[in-house]
Amino acid sequence: MSDMQYTNEHEWLKIDGDTAVVGITTYARHALGDIVFLELPDVGRKVAKGEDFAVVESVKAASEIYAPVTGEITAINDNLPDNLDDLKEDLDKGWIVKIKMDNPSEASEYMDKTAYETYTAGLE
Amino acid sequence: MRYLPQTATARATMLKAVGASGIDDLYSDIPAAAMRKEAFDLPDHQGEKEVERHMKKYANRNIAAGDVPFFLGAGAYFHHVPATVDYIIQRSEFLTAYTPYQPEIAQGTLQVIFEYQTFIAQMTGQDVANASMYDGATSMAEAALMAMRVTRRGKVCLANEIHPHYVSTLESYVEKDDISRDAPDNDTACVIVQSPDFFGKPQAYDALRKQCDEVGALLVVVITEIVSLGLLPAPEQADIVCGEAQSIGLPLSFGGPYLGFFACREKYLRQMPGRLCGMTKDADGKRGFVLTLSTREQHIRREKATSNICTNQGLCALAFTVHMSLLGEDGFKTLARLNHEAACKLADALVKVPGVKIISDTFFNEFVIELPKNARDVVDALAAQDIIAGYPLDGNRLLVCATEMTTDDDIAALCAALKEAA
Amino acid sequence: MSDLAMNDNLDDNTMIKAPAMEDGNRGLHYEENLLWEKERADRPGVDFPQPEGMKLRTGFEARGDIGLPQNSEPQTVRHFVRLSTWNYSIDHGFFPLGSCTMKHNPRLNEKVARLPGFAFAHPMQPASTVQGALAMMYELQNWLATLTGLPGVCLTPAAGAHGELAGIMTIKKAHEVKGNTHKTVILVPDSAHGTNPATAAMCGYTIRSIPTRETGRLTVEAFKEALGDGNDVAGMMVTNPNTCGLFEKDIMEIADLLHKADGYFYCDGANFNALVGKVRPGDFGVDVMHINLHKTFSTPHGGGGPGSGPICTTEELAPFMPSPIVIKDGEEFHLEEDGERETSCGRLRSFQGQFGMHVRALTYMLSHGGDGLKQVSEDAVLNANYILSQLKDDFYAPFADSPCMHECIFTERLQKENGVTTLDVAKTLIERGFHPMTVYFPLIVNGAMLIEPTETESKDSLDRFITVMKDIANEAKTNGDILHENPVSTPRRRLDEVQAAKEPILRWKDAG
Repeated sequence: MSDMQYTNEHEWLKIDGDTAVVGITTYARHALGDIVFLELPDVGRKVAKGEDFAVVESVKAASEIYAPVTGEITAINDNLPDNLDDLKEDLDKGWIVKIKMDNPSEASEYMDKTAYETYTAGLE
Repeated sequence: MRYLPQTATARATMLKAVGASGIDDLYSDIPAAAMRKEAFDLPDHQGEKEVERHMKKYANRNIAAGDVPFFLGAGAYFHHVPATVDYIIQRSEFLTAYTPYQPEIAQGTLQVIFEYQTFIAQMTGQDVANASMYDGATSMAEAALMAMRVTRRGKVCLANEIHPHYVSTLESYVEKDDISRDAPDNDTACVIVQSPDFFGKPQAYDALRKQCDEVGALLVVVITEIVSLGLLPAPEQADIVCGEAQSIGLPLSFGGPYLGFFACREKYLRQMPGRLCGMTKDADGKRGFVLTLSTREQHIRREKATSNICTNQGLCALAFTVHMSLLGEDGFKTLARLNHEAACKLADALVKVPGVKIISDTFFNEFVIELPKNARDVVDALAAQDIIAGYPLDGNRLLVCATEMTTDDDIAALCAALKEAA
Repeated sequence: MSDLAMNDNLDDNTMIKAPAMEDGNRGLHYEENLLWEKERADRPGVDFPQPEGMKLRTGFEARGDIGLPQNSEPQTVRHFVRLSTWNYSIDHGFFPLGSCTMKHNPRLNEKVARLPGFAFAHPMQPASTVQGALAMMYELQNWLATLTGLPGVCLTPAAGAHGELAGIMTIKKAHEVKGNTHKTVILVPDSAHGTNPATAAMCGYTIRSIPTRETGRLTVEAFKEALGDGNDVAGMMVTNPNTCGLFEKDIMEIADLLHKADGYFYCDGANFNALVGKVRPGDFGVDVMHINLHKTFSTPHGGGGPGSGPICTTEELAPFMPSPIVIKDGEEFHLEEDGERETSCGRLRSFQGQFGMHVRALTYMLSHGGDGLKQVSEDAVLNANYILSQLKDDFYAPFADSPCMHECIFTERLQKENGVTTLDVAKTLIERGFHPMTVYFPLIVNGAMLIEPTETESKDSLDRFITVMKDIANEAKTNGDILHENPVSTPRRRLDEVQAAKEPILRWKDAG
């Protein structure tokens, strides 16, 4: 999974052709605590980079998940809302949406694993 | 100053402990220009009996339901409240408790809310109910806002005669231009129907349900007289049922505090406004209750909350729950039937008054009559004779209401006075 | 239709069984099951005459089985009295809940609200038959106007958040009438109550946050930055004293800048107890504010309502307030409705307000008088400063460099070194017989503990609390782990909120 990229807002993304697969990071998962609810967007929805497209809730907090790239949501992980433990930094089970990118170059600006680890260490 | 326990000695000791030379040292952050130099133009403190005397003068200048023949409903209803209800709600542990944010020491309030939610869900034929809203009108406005969130549409259709105050409240909560009396279309978030309608007529829902399904709108049923649910069919076809529950457990109190109820289909739970109480277990595995799904609410979601509402009408919901517990299934239905029969008797008596016509063909405990004269003038004339005749509609039409409180003598007095006035 | 629907089905979430009543009872702890779990009584707890069986004129068949429980009067009384014993209340003891003003609730208020002339007046009676009720509301309006220095008063709002809505709608209407369509932003400090941004959003405004994290206060600098050229700013919502218990020192300069940009100053009145009878918000630049009658003016919190949140405005904003308001016309009082007030922002609820709470609040004001209310503010502020002075060596106090107002704030910083959190402190207070302070609020202070003692506590009472807090600080150092277990003596221990949210059970259902 070393080719995952990471945002300041704690999403991971993995580029597959013109599609970005998006999820939330292990760091985010820990920060949120016990997750009780995930609200998924509709397939076909257009999202702009930086726009929130899903909400993940713990008992005391609701956190928006932001689109790291502009494009159209082509798939959502239907399995997640009923299996919230799978919501993690895992390409197979933990992805939330797939976004077909309008402008694939947007994906190039994010951190790699090492940079993200340095970044989160600074947040402690 | 009987509510202030601090002694002069204690104040002096405490000032010293905080290192202040005088009380005004503690107000040093307040700009001098904002500090008030002169005393407020207000009377000094008074003892209980002086205050009571002052307030009694106000109370005595009102005509109270119960003292005179009384036929006014129109969204607030004069019913009997058992003595037990008022006794329970004055218990310190309920009256002077805070919102149950610390569930270990608020299980009493929480279980009551859970029971209240169950009563409302059962009575409205819906899946879930919240812990209550301010009153019927705000509950209806919140229902419209919720329908807009669920459908992501902006228009509200009013299907029939809805309480005018509810409509004007809705007009304050949503854009006036988005409210129409047209048939719903693909931009419609919800169709709102009141039952019984403002004129007292009970409504059927099947046709409206079909209309809503055709365009993908929600069906909202609003009820201002919750006692009607003991006799009329439950609005099971609705997506949201909301309204006013003052009739159960609460005095008229010149308009408030009342009890807005709000129930809906389970699939819309996440878009509900207001507090919710849920069942769970404690650290020892024992059953208990907590406020839950609070990520919908303003203290967590801030500007993205489902509503800005923070409180519920906790004590009013308690009064309702105690009254419903006393009534039970049989008592609630009997109460509803007695209300209907009182209205039937009123109608039968009024129809014999020369010049009076009954306009409504079906009703629960409230209906419209036509007088030979302007209704407002008649209401004013009868008020001068200590009879509250009803709610004047346009022209000669009068909305009259009877409840289990209405006696044969009351009805006779109204008929005699109307005969005179007409 | 959106897919916001729940994925899990409530029907799958089965009821959790109550402990058997005979097993759970210990000392004065009584188990109590749900009304639906009791044996059904033969008859209701209310006696009615037998209906005559008249033919129904409703147009419908009578409703079938609803599934309601049925209890006699003694069963009902016992049920609710037992439940009540599981609640903590202000009548039990000290309730230092910051920003909530849990003061003594006088019983005279309750008695007066139950006078038949108040309790049984109908909201739509002809004005001639309710002159006393209207005159009472009018006198309350005058008291509020005098105490705030803001002459326009509307008693309608049902609670604080409803008052905020009324206030922001008033501002919106004023801008609308002025043609200020470009004003789309409301400034809100990040320390604000959640209701502030929620309210502004409900009114269609965009929220621009003003950072206050460093200082706990608004600074002119941060305000100017948020204001920009002020062209798009409709107003700001500020709680003063703020949610850190501090008076906003620069408020007059800030209000001035805002007014120059043609913006209005909404003051959240949650903390008015610090100022009542002493300082008029109208004198520090406020244009409109709500007053929580259930905080400052002692109407009971009732386990979460009913509240009451009248608003007070400047002369300039008064024409835009919601309707109705009570006006005096010669010797007669009447409710001025929407139709009579051309520029009113409209009706906000079914009837004229939480009238029963208005009665209680005026009863309280008359009891205290102007002199007593001033003492209220002074004792409330002194009590909070006393707690601050006595605990600031035991708990980290981020803003102890100057006096606080009616509440003081601490954090978990010192205790965290031993793994003890604000939540542990709160739950240990419960174990020691106190209601906790407000925790984790305001959000800008990590692990906040916000303590508001109010004026109705004696020094003795404060000292007992201080002693227990010092004990907890010591225990955190020496034996912190046991604090995670608290409370242990309550009828229920810490509740599983995760399960409650994951598998919501929101009503009783027959298991079948």
